[in-house]
Amino acid sequence: MNAPNSFRAQPDETGHFGPFGGRYVAETLMPLILDLDKAWQAAKADPAFQAEFEDLLEHYVGRPSPLYHAERLTEALRENAPEGMGAQVWFKRDELNHTGAHKINNCIGQILLAMRMGKTRIIAETGAGQHGVATATVCARFGLPCVIYMGAKDIVRQQPNVFRMKLLGAEVRACESGSKSLKDAMNEAMRDWVANVHDTFYIIGTAAGPHPYPELVRDFQSVIGREARAQMLSRIDRLPDLLVAAIGGGSNAIGLFHPFLDDADVAMLGVEAAGHGLDKQHAASLAGGAPGILHGNKTYLLQDEDGQIDEAHSISAGLDYPGIGPEHSWLHSIGRVEYTSATDTEALDAFQLLCRTEGIIPALEPSHAIAAVARRAREMKRDQIILANLCGRGDKDIFTVAEALGVAI
Amino acid sequence: MTRLSNAFAKAHPALVAFVTAGDPTPADTAAILDALVAGGADVIELGMPFTDPMADGPAIQAANIRSLGAGTRTADILSIAKAFRARHPETPLVLMGYANPMTIRGADWFAAAAKDAGVDGVICVDIPPEEDAALGPALRSAGIDLIRLATPTTDAARLPAVLDGASGFLYYVSVAGITGKQQAAQASIEDAVARLKAATDIPVAVGFGVRTPEQAAAIARVADGVVVGSAIVELVGAHGKDAPAPVRAYIETLSAAIRGARQEIAA
Repeated sequence: MNAPNSFRAQPDETGHFGPFGGRYVAETLMPLILDLDKAWQAAKADPAFQAEFEDLLEHYVGRPSPLYHAERLTEALRENAPEGMGAQVWFKRDELNHTGAHKINNCIGQILLAMRMGKTRIIAETGAGQHGVATATVCARFGLPCVIYMGAKDIVRQQPNVFRMKLLGAEVRACESGSKSLKDAMNEAMRDWVANVHDTFYIIGTAAGPHPYPELVRDFQSVIGREARAQMLSRIDRLPDLLVAAIGGGSNAIGLFHPFLDDADVAMLGVEAAGHGLDKQHAASLAGGAPGILHGNKTYLLQDEDGQIDEAHSISAGLDYPGIGPEHSWLHSIGRVEYTSATDTEALDAFQLLCRTEGIIPALEPSHAIAAVARRAREMKRDQIILANLCGRGDKDIFTVAEALGVAI
Repeated sequence: MTRLSNAFAKAHPALVAFVTAGDPTPADTAAILDALVAGGADVIELGMPFTDPMADGPAIQAANIRSLGAGTRTADILSIAKAFRARHPETPLVLMGYANPMTIRGADWFAAAAKDAGVDGVICVDIPPEEDAALGPALRSAGIDLIRLATPTTDAARLPAVLDGASGFLYYVSVAGITGKQQAAQASIEDAVARLKAATDIPVAVGFGVRTPEQAAAIARVADGVVVGSAIVELVGAHGKDAPAPVRAYIETLSAAIRGARQEIAA
């Protein structure tokens, strides 16, 4: 495939990223999707909408998030690196946002869009609960009723976030079908939406689903990469050599990557969840899947030869999804972004490493990114820079981690 | 004339009956399909089970789970269709399902396999006209009808796009929602059918939430066909491999009601 003039000009007007993306939804939803696209295109071009979004990001979310040079982690990784090797590790601190993850950036944008469209009821799906908490938060902030769909299995392993959502006034509905995790929550949310199209706005949590969701979620999350790019230039007057981010659906990763896509010297690495291992149960759609159609878009999916969707597994509920956002499938297919994976065990090791070296308890999702950083840093020179997205904090995960480490709390 | 157009040219409106292939097992489906035909179904809609049936309510979700749990594969569904075609040379058979199982081996593969199995039409829930290229051209060149869906949200501006490339019949989904939940008000159905029939010459069948002979008869007075699904699937769920007798008895009540409805109009 020939290199395009810009990697930042996708999707086309029909919502396709090369062969990926699109609008594979039931006819009942199609008029709504078209309305949403019209409203989104108008909002995007409206300075008042952008100003309100940016004002809330600054004063309610707490942006810009810091850019942090992790010197003790860098030193720890250099101990096992060959002579002269061991890149500097920097973090974009999106775990310091209000609600503890990057998810809030997108929720602010989508609820403003929902109100602009006159919608009066909000629904969302959630895996780890971070998107559910962020959605419940913005619904409380703007006074809209909120229903969160969550897999029954995830409700058990993310109890603190379930309680948070309830405190914020949301109704949490358990999904007992299928794998009882994120994909089933998404199925239930779409069933709710199709039955309540007149008044309901569906706040999708990741850069996936039917067009225009992958585009609008990316654009709301791109604040991460825009800030990081400006912060790098102002702090050390250069761009990083490598960007690293964890990928479930891929919203934090596309948010970091997108503003850098046309910086030819900046390499990028997306990290999927390898679960128990790529030869066992995992959630690495690019590494172990094939293109298919699910949840409104064409993208890489974990599936069998008949197109039945396989159940994903990751210790991180937020990465436990058998698909990936369509823009990542496209960036993978054209080779602009490299994708790798980290297992549950590698993520747990990286989680503990960051706790001890930097005094930061990361979520299990970015722990996958940190595991990949640890592998890459030793292969890169000392004057090179890795910038990883610390997209969530780990308070919600301490019970899962304790159980995995055999510790009773 | 195709098998589908013949079915809609009868003296009574067509009874379109849905069951999920492979529910409760692939071996049990043939007898259930025979019961539908014996009971008076004019068109068979054979559901292709999918792990993530986003547009379906609890009854058909459960049928998908039972079928996949019994090990139903795409090859089994095609075998069920082919054997049905051999037993019932005149009864039209429509496959209904989701995009991924239909397109995973390529649209051309699916169209050829469906043609070989004697399938007359295909309904794909999650390929709207905007994504027609993913399946439509392959079906049309194989001579299989692509049956489009119209819904309460399909407005006048959008209807031409839905009708462009539609054939066989137009399936009016009378409720904005999932299968098997509630039925639309009769007045709204009558308005919608009148609007659709003014825009197209292909037959209009109405479904979603149709359960009782009275509902079926009321729709039969205005539409060219009545689609019944969840109520049949619930009988299969309750009776398993013993479902053929109660399914036939139930279909007979619907069939009698639909025939009666048209006679009332004639008289």
